[in-house]
Parts: sequence; structure tokens; C-alpha cells
Amino acid sequence: MPSVLPLGDPAPSDGLLPQQAADGAAERAFGLYVHIPFCAVRCGYCDFNTYTATELGGGASQDAYASTAISEVEFAARALEQSGLPARKLRTVFFGGGTPTLLPAEDLARILRAAIDTWGIEPGAEVTTEANPDSVTPESLQLLADAGFTRVSFGMQSAVPHVLKVLDRTHTPSRVPQVVKWAREAGLAVSLDLIYGTPGESIDDWRFSLETALSYGPDHISAYALIIEDGTKLAAQIRRGEVPEIDDDDHADKYELADRMISDAGLHWYEVSNWSATPEQACRHNLAYWRGDDWWGIGPGAHSHVGGVRWWNVKHPTAYAGRLGSGVSPAAGRETLDAETRRVERVMLEARLASGLAVSTLSDDGRHAVAGLIADGLVVPADAFRGRLVLTLKGRLLADAVVRRILPD
Amino acid sequence: MSPMARTAPVPAATDPAIIRNFCIIAHIDHGKSTLADRMLQYTGVVQSRDMKAQYLDRMDIERERGITIKSQAVRMPWDVDGVSYALNMIDTPGHVDFTYEVSRSLAACEGAVLLVDAAQGIEAQTLANLYLAMENNLTIIPVLNKIDLPAAQPEKYAVELASLIGGDPDDVLRVSGKTGMGVEVLLDKIVRDLPAPVGDPDAPARAMIFDSVYDTYRGVVTYVRVVDGMLHPRERIQMMSTRATHELLEIGVSSPEPTPSKGLGVGEVGYLITGVKDVRLSKVGDTVTNLAKPAADSLPGYADAKPMVFSGLYPLDGTDYPVLRDALEKLMLNDAALVYEPETSAALGFGFRVGFLGLLHLEITRERLEREYNLDLISTAPNVEYEVTLEDKKVVHVTNPSEYPSGKIAEVREPMVSATILAPNEFVGAIMELCQSRRGVMGGMDYLSEDRVEIRYRLPLAEIVFDFFDILKSKTRGYGSLDWKADGEQVADLVKVDIMLQGEQVDAFSAITHRDKAYAYGVMMTGKLRELIPRQQFEVPIQAAIGSRIIARESIRAIRKDVLAKCYGGDISRKRKLLEKQKEGKKRMKMVGRVEVPQEAFIAALTTEESKDKAKK
Ligand SMILES: Nc1nc2c(ncn2[C@@H]2O[C@H](COP(=O)(O)OP(=O)(O)OP(=O)(O)O)[C@@H](O)[C@H]2O)c(=O)[nH]1
Ligand SMILES: C[S@@+](CC[C@H](N)C(=O)[O-])C[C@H]1O[C@@H](n2cnc3c(N)ncnc32)[C@H](O)[C@@H]1O
Ligand code: SF4
Ligand SMILES: [Mg+2]
Repeated sequence: MPSVLPLGDPAPSDGLLPQQAADGAAERAFGLYVHIPFCAVRCGYCDFNTYTATELGGGASQDAYASTAISEVEFAARALEQSGLPARKLRTVFFGGGTPTLLPAEDLARILRAAIDTWGIEPGAEVTTEANPDSVTPESLQLLADAGFTRVSFGMQSAVPHVLKVLDRTHTPSRVPQVVKWAREAGLAVSLDLIYGTPGESIDDWRFSLETALSYGPDHISAYALIIEDGTKLAAQIRRGEVPEIDDDDHADKYELADRMISDAGLHWYEVSNWSATPEQACRHNLAYWRGDDWWGIGPGAHSHVGGVRWWNVKHPTAYAGRLGSGVSPAAGRETLDAETRRVERVMLEARLASGLAVSTLSDDGRHAVAGLIADGLVVPADAFRGRLVLTLKGRLLADAVVRRILPD
Repeated sequence: MSPMARTAPVPAATDPAIIRNFCIIAHIDHGKSTLADRMLQYTGVVQSRDMKAQYLDRMDIERERGITIKSQAVRMPWDVDGVSYALNMIDTPGHVDFTYEVSRSLAACEGAVLLVDAAQGIEAQTLANLYLAMENNLTIIPVLNKIDLPAAQPEKYAVELASLIGGDPDDVLRVSGKTGMGVEVLLDKIVRDLPAPVGDPDAPARAMIFDSVYDTYRGVVTYVRVVDGMLHPRERIQMMSTRATHELLEIGVSSPEPTPSKGLGVGEVGYLITGVKDVRLSKVGDTVTNLAKPAADSLPGYADAKPMVFSGLYPLDGTDYPVLRDALEKLMLNDAALVYEPETSAALGFGFRVGFLGLLHLEITRERLEREYNLDLISTAPNVEYEVTLEDKKVVHVTNPSEYPSGKIAEVREPMVSATILAPNEFVGAIMELCQSRRGVMGGMDYLSEDRVEIRYRLPLAEIVFDFFDILKSKTRGYGSLDWKADGEQVADLVKVDIMLQGEQVDAFSAITHRDKAYAYGVMMTGKLRELIPRQQFEVPIQAAIGSRIIARESIRAIRKDVLAKCYGGDISRKRKLLEKQKEGKKRMKMVGRVEVPQEAFIAALTTEESKDKAKK
């Protein structure tokens, strides 16, 4: 979670949702996000809502976290039911962080079990956890698989020691093939997260990271351009000139290289930063975000979305636990989107997908912009003529600009 | 300190014999306003506790920049040998852009205090203002100021001054406007040496308008100097040139606050209020007379101020156009030198082409518009006025490069100035080099003293009006000073340089330059724009051209990445807010063809180095 919460309306303390949330819910998929706000150390580039044990003044909240999260699961089930939403089984579950695997695997399993007990789970559901390479063991991975996890996403980031160092990563490159092997042995699908464009990373460094990652035969790869987030240690280092600046052209070169190498290895892009070996191995939970499905976000700072109502929890684990302890919704604020805002979001999100955006979603002015996008080589002409807007490689690199052009005022 | 006047002479009942009208003239910053402060204080019209430095510089912009822009007239009592005199003092601006203000003030006076900074000596506007005063037949009182300064060289400069205006160096007064030393002696000398005004008290009233100011509360306030007869409140007056008649609602003197009086008689200086809202009905240089008993002949007026520099003023936000129009209208009421007409620019939208006396005038006007009317303005690169004769003998006056005719041109004439540069003789070589590079022709050179020379050049206005002075200053280590006045025109080999973005001409960046300097302009402007315009989704060539011939080119590489690719853990609200913010940013862009140019780029590209320096000061 980004550390800055959006401004919104106050959220009611009983967590009840407006009528709009229930409309048509039976037809929509339902997912669960579980945020684990703990890390062993804070990486210099990271502004996610996560805390080290020292920052929280001891490990107490970590020990109690699973129980607290489970109490939100119960709260969620009650609020959804009382808001008139139909009972829906879970289609996707995603444990993210922070570092979920910093908690004992039993804790993660316990939370998952509570969720399944509460809502049930669809057959073939996708259950992912993020993990840092140095926070898993063969045993813990096996335990997760046994509890129902199907997938693990490792924060590999790079295979180059000096890049990992700038990123403050604590694992050694050789740890990654090990954990991938263990995960496979446990029967888990494997995804690797990579970051490109780190200060000091050469194009050859990046090529090496890609080669290395691909050599492990992952089912899925996420490759993110490094964002220098305000307030991070890395931002300060760059400001002080201790670390070189990042460069958009370098990012573009590296994205193009990534797309070529990952495609050559037989994976396919399905979202600007995500590639999977088969369409089935695309992260369905992630796709739910881009497609506007329903999900409940458990944990401090977690975001939720149900039928055009978005809300987000208080950020600090202590405040979060306090709310739930007194039976009050942990939501800090929420937004109820009107039809036009939902359309704008749809355009903004679906344009990033390989499946593309239906041109019919666009306003007249937006549709008029499409010819220009074809002329500029930003969208695939054949798809556009069939009524779907699908970005070209160049278009993916300029996705935000494309979105601005198809959403004129 | 000498006693203040016991019984100040009453306006409308003051014998001309006890009136002294004078102005303080000097080079910029030689201390006119500070000297005026001491006079206000010693004559008792401003109490010491109310005193503040440069009391008469009332506009915010005058106070911030520490310069006088508008002349101010004040009536002060002063006793000499038991007689109470009425002194009318006018503090004038020193900057060359406002010479016009000085010449109007001179016409209201019989004498002038010529002030010279005792640490600087004679400078260019010292000479220029002295000559103006002599043309007006004023009695000159030479005074050295700032004698408190350790760097002051009163002996040396007294000799210089005396040799300039004739007379004995010992007669040159030495004062300090800062400490007040010598100021009372000066006031006494003003009374003794300056002639009293003469006029016919029984003749039909004639008063010369030397300033006209718009005041939100009182309407137009007209400043006059009465020559003959008498003006009274409530009577009907007539402006002799326009024949417009008004009722005199109020008449009075500034001392320094407006003080109504029973009238104004021969030789007196004061103000009139008629309730008129339009300054143009109360024209500077016009003669006021009494409607019931009108004068036959008007007084000789002044030539209108002639704008020298033109620039387009455009509101950053197009919807502010009406605000700018009203603001210019109001400002013109206070500034007879300002002229403007509407114009449109393909790049900048609706705005005005405004004529100014010089760059400082431009800058100050722009700043006042922005500040007093809460506007954000873009001003285009300043231009002089060219006279273009086409082969079919048609003549076009061009103040905006985009109006430069595209047809066959027979001849282009550019305005010329005669410039006077004063500097220590060691800099003569550097100055000549500079003037030569600016297409100047030397008119002559004189030694004002052993080590100070006066160099005269005839130069194209376009060559000196922008950065010339700053370069002169740096080449003379700050010692050089410059004065110039219009001096006809000349035929010149001028060309128009166009700037094109992606093949699309951007009128706001075009310039008319001498052929030899076209290339330098093209390289400078294309280079600047390359830095200022953000990368677009396509490559943007920037070209400079004379007609169809490209003389310089640059290109802005296409942007390749504009996407935030990180996984936001479902925080879609933040992503949407970011999109809204980006779209907001896009609204602040001006479209040139398909190229999005930020307003800031326009401003920065059009900002001359010189005005940047001024802003720093
Ligand atoms: N030491 C010293 N400084 C002085 C004296 N008179 C003026 N100054 C300083 O000189 C600077 C210019 O003074 P002003 O009175 O504003 O000069 P000015 O001639 O009215 O300037 P313009 O109206 O812009 O032409 C200020 O910083 C004054 O404080 C003086 O007698 N002694
Ligand atoms: C929720 S994070 C954390 C997962 C896990 N804690 C880890 O670091 O391995 C998921 C991914 O986001 C990416 N990420 C985090 N901060 C980023 C940043 N500032 N710029 C680009 N990607 C970032 C990293 O690739 C990271 O693996
Ligand atoms: S381990 Fe992951 S979540 Fe934790 S600080 Fe590092 S990048 Fe952020
Ligand atoms: Mg002054």
C-alpha cells in the first residue's frame, strides 16, 4: 500500500455499504486481500505501509496480528451480509505486504482458514502470498501449500549484487533459485518480482537479471520500473547526490528489453508490468483490480472495492487493532463513485490490459482520439477496428499519456 | 536647526514675490528623494515621527525598487530674513525611461536643484537633465550630495560641476540628504537665488497642466501651475485644447497631503478636482482657463511622450482578457505615456500590443498590472517600431514581428537614437568597441574633466534598448552611464527571423533583427526552447528561419515513457487522483499545433537576461 491515504468521505463505523454496492453483486467475482504490515528491514525505495519490529516497539503486534486480521474477516462477513450482499465464495486470495512470510506460516494458514470457513472458496481458486527470498524455508512453503496456498510471488528484484545493495535488499542472489525450487517442490506456482532502472544499474545488469530470472522457469514475472517515492531514503540519497538520478529513457530501453526477452522465453504480457507463461497463470487477483471486481482488503491501510464503493483502512497497526478491538470498522475513509467516475476508472484500468478496453466505453471525444493513437503507433490497429483498444509496446510505455488522450474533458 | 516658518503663506493669497518653484533633478540614485525628505522635515510639512525614507515615493513598486517613477509636487513654507516664503518643490525620477516626467515638471518651475552624488560625479542623466533645464530657461543651483560618504570627493566634483555650468567651484553647495547637513543653507539659497514667478494677476486665468492622475476615490486629480489670473473652487473651467468644461469641485495644494484652498493664484502650484473620470479630458500640457472669462491664447504645451518599445501583453488565463483590458484603461489614466491596442496571437490568444518609453517602463507597467489587478501576464519579446516600405510604395509600421509584411520589401527603416555615454577615460576603448558592435556611429567625444569623458554615438534604438546598458555597466565596472533620446531613423538591412515548432510558426517567438545578428538569435532561441519545452509523444523539430531558409535547428526527442507501472495494491483512488492532476497540468499548456507548450516555457523564453537581473535587484 502506498503510505499516503487518499482523501475521501468518512466511513461509517458499522462498515455498512450503500445500496449501490449490492447491485449486481451476484454476478461479480469476490476476492480477499490480506495485508501483512511487517518487514525485517525497510528497503530504501519502498513506501508501502509496512513497519519493522523496532518501529512498532517490539514484536507484540506481530504475534497478535493473525487474530486481529481474523477479527476483520468476521467483521467483513457481517458488514457484507447486513448490507444485503449475497454470499459469495472466494475466487482469489492475495497476501501482500510488507512481508507476509515474516509471520509464521501457521499464522498465514490460520488467516486463510478463517476466510475459507467464513466465505468458502471456489474450486480452482488462486491463493497467493508475496514472500521475500530470505524469509521462507522448505517447511514453511510446504505448510502454506498444505493450507491451500497455490502460488508464491518472490521479491527477487535483481540478480546483481550492487543493484540489490542500492535497493537495500537483504537476500543474496543465490537464495532465489533455492526458494524457487522449494516452492515448486511444495506444489506452488512461482512468480518473480523484478525492478529495473535502479540507479547504477546498466543495461547489461538488467539483461543479466532477466536471463537469471527466466532461467528459473517462473510461471509469472512482474517487472516494475523503479519509482522514486517521496519521503523514502532513496529519494533523499538522490537529492543529496549520493546516488545517481533515474532516467526515463533508460527505463524505456529496459522495458523494451524485458518485453523482448520475457516474450522470447515464452511468457505473454497481460498487463503493462506483468507476464505469464499461460493465460491461466496470469495473476487473477491482480486482474481483479484492473477489471473493477469486488474484493475486501484486510489489514492496516488495506484498500477494498465493492460495486463502485472504495474504502481504505487506518494505516497504523495499533490504530487498526484498536478499532477492531472495540468492534468498530477500521475504515479511515471511503468514496462512492458515480457512474461517470466508474467509467473513467474503467478506461484508466482496462487500457493497461492485453485484453484491452472496449472502444464503446469511450465518450465521443475519446473515440475521436483513437485515430490519432493508431497514427502515432500507440494502439494495435486491427484490434481498434474490431472495437478494442489494445496498447502496442510503444503504447504500453506511454500508457498514462494514452489514457489522458482518450479521457479528454 | 533653523526655525520653521512661523506663518506659512496661504494659498490663493500669496504674493508671487514670495513664491519659489523648483524641481530637484539628477542622475538616477543621486539622492533626490532623500534630499526631498529632509526638506519636508525641516520645513515642518512632515513631522519627524511620520517621516520615512523617500517619503514621496508612494507607490509600492517605487518603494520596493527604491526608485522614483512619478514626479511629486509639494508646497512647503520657509522663512528667510523674517519673511515666510512658499516653496513648491518637485521631486523627479532619474531613470532615462522617465525623462518625460522630468520635462513636464521643469515647465512648472523657475529653477532647478541639480544634484550630483559626490562619490560618483557627473553622469549621463546629470547632463541630460541639465540640458533640459537649460532649454526651459531655468536657474540652476548646483549641489553636491552625499558628502557624508567616505568615498565622497567634493573638491574634485565641485570643479567638474562648475566647469560644466560655469561659475566658481566654491559656489557649489555641499549637502547630505541623509544627515541633513547643508540642507537649510540650500533652502535659503533657493529663496535667494531663484527668481519669483511672474504673471498677470488680473488677466484671464491660465494654468498649465503638468500632471494628471487617476484616483479611485477622487476621480482625476489634475496638477497645475498657475501662470496668470486666479482659479477658485466652484467656478467653471475650460480645457483650452479640448474645449471641455468642468466645474471645479476642489482646488488645493499638496503639502504633502492634499489640502483644499480658496484658490490658486499667479505662480502657485496645486491640484484641481472636477469629478471627471477620464484623464484624457484633462490632458497633460493643456491650459486650464476660466469659462466665464476665458484666455485668448493657451500656454505652450509639451510634445506627447512617444513610445519607443512595444511588447504584447497576454493574460496567462485567456478568460482574464477583459480584466486586462479594464486594467490597461485605468493604468493609462495615470500614465500618459502608455499606448495600447488589441492584438491576437496564434500562440497566446487575445492580448494587447503596448507601447512603452523603455524596458523599465515595460517592466513596471507589467508588474503593476499583475499586482494591482491580480493578473498573470506573458509579455512578448520587446520590439522597436519599424517602417517598412513595400515595392508598391505602400508603407507599413511594424511593432510586432508577426505583422512584418511578407511581400516584396523595398526598404526598412529603423528608429535611431543619439546616445551620450559618460565614463572614466580608461574605458573609452571598451565603450567604442561596444558601440561599434551595435552598429553605432561616433558623433564626438569631450573631456568633462581630466579623467571623465563624454562620448556621443548615433545608434539604432533596437541595439541599445535591451541589454546595452547592462553590458556597458559591466564593461566599465559600473562607472559608465548612458542617456539617449530619439534621433530620426535610418535604412537598415533587417530581416525577420521566424521560429517554428514542428513546422508551425510561433508568432510570439519571431523577431526582427539585423541580418548579421539573425543567426545568433536563431541559435539562441531554438536552444532555449529545446531546454524549456518538455518532451512530447513525438519528436519536435525546432527551427529558426528567414523566409524559407532555415538558419538554425534543434530537436526535442520524443518522450518514450509515461506510465506508472508499479502495483498499487488496489489503491485505485490514488491512481485516479494522479490522472486528474495530470489532466489539470495539461490545461495549463498552450497548444502550438500538436505541441503542448507550458506557459512557463513562454515566459522563460521571452524573458530577457536583463529583466531577470532586474527582478533579482
Ligand atoms: N550616504 C548617503 N546616502 C544617500 C544620501 N542621499 C541618498 N542616499 C542614498 O542613495 C540611494 C538613492 O537615494 P534616492 O533618494 O532614492 O535617490 P533618487 O535620486 O531619488 O533616485 P531616483 O528617484 O530613482 O532617481 C538611497 O539608498 C539613499 O539612502 C546621502 O546624502 N548620503
Ligand atoms: C508489495 S511489494 C513487496 C513484496 C515483498 N515485501 C518484497 O519486497 O519482496 C511488491 C513489489 O512491488 C515492487 N516495488 C516496491 N516498491 C517499488 C518502487 N518504489 N518502485 C517500483 N517497484 C516497487 C517490488 O518489486 C516488490 O516486490
Ligand atoms: S521487503 Fe518489500 S515491503 Fe518490505 S520494505 Fe522491502 S520492498 Fe517494502
Ligand atoms: Mg527618487
